[in-house]
Amino acid sequence: MTRNPQLGDKGELRHLLTTEGLPREILLRILDTARSFLSVTEREIKKVPLLRGKAVFNLFFEPSTRTRTTFEIAAKRLSADVINLSIGTSSQSKGETLLDTVANLSAMHADMFVVRHAQSGAAHLIAQHAAPHIHVINAGDGRHAHPTQALLDMFTIRHYKQEFQGLRVAIVGDVLHSRVARSQIHALTTLGVAEVRVVAPRTLLPNHVSELGVQVFHDMREALADVDVVMMLRLQNERMGGALLPSAHEYFKTYGLTPEKLAVASPDAIVMHPGPMNRGVEIDSMVADGRQSVILPQVTFGIAVRMAVMSILAGSAP
Amino acid sequence: MTTPTPDAEKLLLVLTEQLRPALKPDTALVGIHTGGVWVAQRLHSLLDLQVPLGTIDVAFYRDDYAHRGLNANVRPSDISFDVAGRDIVLVDDVLYTGRTIRAAMNEIFDYGRPGKVMLAALVDRGGRQLPISPQFLGATLPVADDERIVLSRAGDGRLHLAIESRSQEGDGR
Repeated sequence: MTRNPQLGDKGELRHLLTTEGLPREILLRILDTARSFLSVTEREIKKVPLLRGKAVFNLFFEPSTRTRTTFEIAAKRLSADVINLSIGTSSQSKGETLLDTVANLSAMHADMFVVRHAQSGAAHLIAQHAAPHIHVINAGDGRHAHPTQALLDMFTIRHYKQEFQGLRVAIVGDVLHSRVARSQIHALTTLGVAEVRVVAPRTLLPNHVSELGVQVFHDMREALADVDVVMMLRLQNERMGGALLPSAHEYFKTYGLTPEKLAVASPDAIVMHPGPMNRGVEIDSMVADGRQSVILPQVTFGIAVRMAVMSILAGSAP
Repeated sequence: MTTPTPDAEKLLLVLTEQLRPALKPDTALVGIHTGGVWVAQRLHSLLDLQVPLGTIDVAFYRDDYAHRGLNANVRPSDISFDVAGRDIVLVDDVLYTGRTIRAAMNEIFDYGRPGKVMLAALVDRGGRQLPISPQFLGATLPVADDERIVLSRAGDGRLHLAIESRSQEGDGR
């Protein structure tokens, strides 16, 4: 078996690149630690001194407002210095390679890189080549992984449902192009929920998705029957109008989450969405703003979860 | 080891009588996880205090984070009363270097600016590395450097002190 590149010699978390292959104890430790950080974010002074003197570089090779902002807030609440770089607009366009960019930033005494990149595997590559004291967090790479989003989703589920055991979870939408879905599926199966269902048109499901340990559905009412958690995915507009989907209107009719479709789920089912939402495409406003929606708490929890990940990583010695 | 281990239950009563005259109606107790919380819970009920008990875990404020990383079992701090202007008694089980107390004071100040901050400890083992001393103390219990004092709690809430050698040490914090 090849060594997990995220873990150090003693099994400690050195980088967070994917939820795939992460031991259950590490997932739970992150969730437990995040719970303590949640109480910090409710205080008058929402800062702790853990990362004082550390420099966190947000390297966003792909645009993102929400994820970058929540990482920035998390790092600042840990008292780190945060440097935001939108690299599509700088050196890369002048021809510098990814690893040269990283080497240059390392020479500026970086301690942590938060990486968003359109290419799957970019964060892995950086983690392999960065200096030993540098920790890397994958903030989304291509279609591959978005582990902090999945972790904040797990935190949200645990917050409302307490236990993972026995839960039925449905993931709805564009699983094929979704790094969020992949990371969610790995985390959910490791944490031991009873059932993970994926629901999408055939054109938006990867070929061998059932090998990930999920049940595949194409009908919303069958898929949502008695589920405890509904995790919506964003339908990327750029998928629209091509060969994969007829139109946003058609999609909404069949797969959009409406109060009627949600009615077959467990009465206390929660509805989640990683944002940004396309109202009237994958989700009805009545649901997005409704009683069962936990979409805004997800954003708040995301800060605590990212604080937990950063402080666990920065505390693991090189 | 020749030092007799004191009875934790007796020390609790000693602390209770020391604290009673010093408390104002709005004084709050804040226990430091884990042993300090156990002691504080007992004091809180023995003294029949009205202000809810506060608890803090100083993991986010420790000065050895860079060397030891983040404690794997950090618990949420819980201070539900307004700290500003209030007298606060920090409660710990074993007072040693004083670094935990410094971390706890730093955390308290992030909740607001307290009035007076005092310190109660079940036992003081000496070995201070900071200018910190308790206002309320159960007993002084000097032990060798390679020994540690361990507080445990029975199912009925009764506390018990024991001295162990460091070779049995787990986390050591």
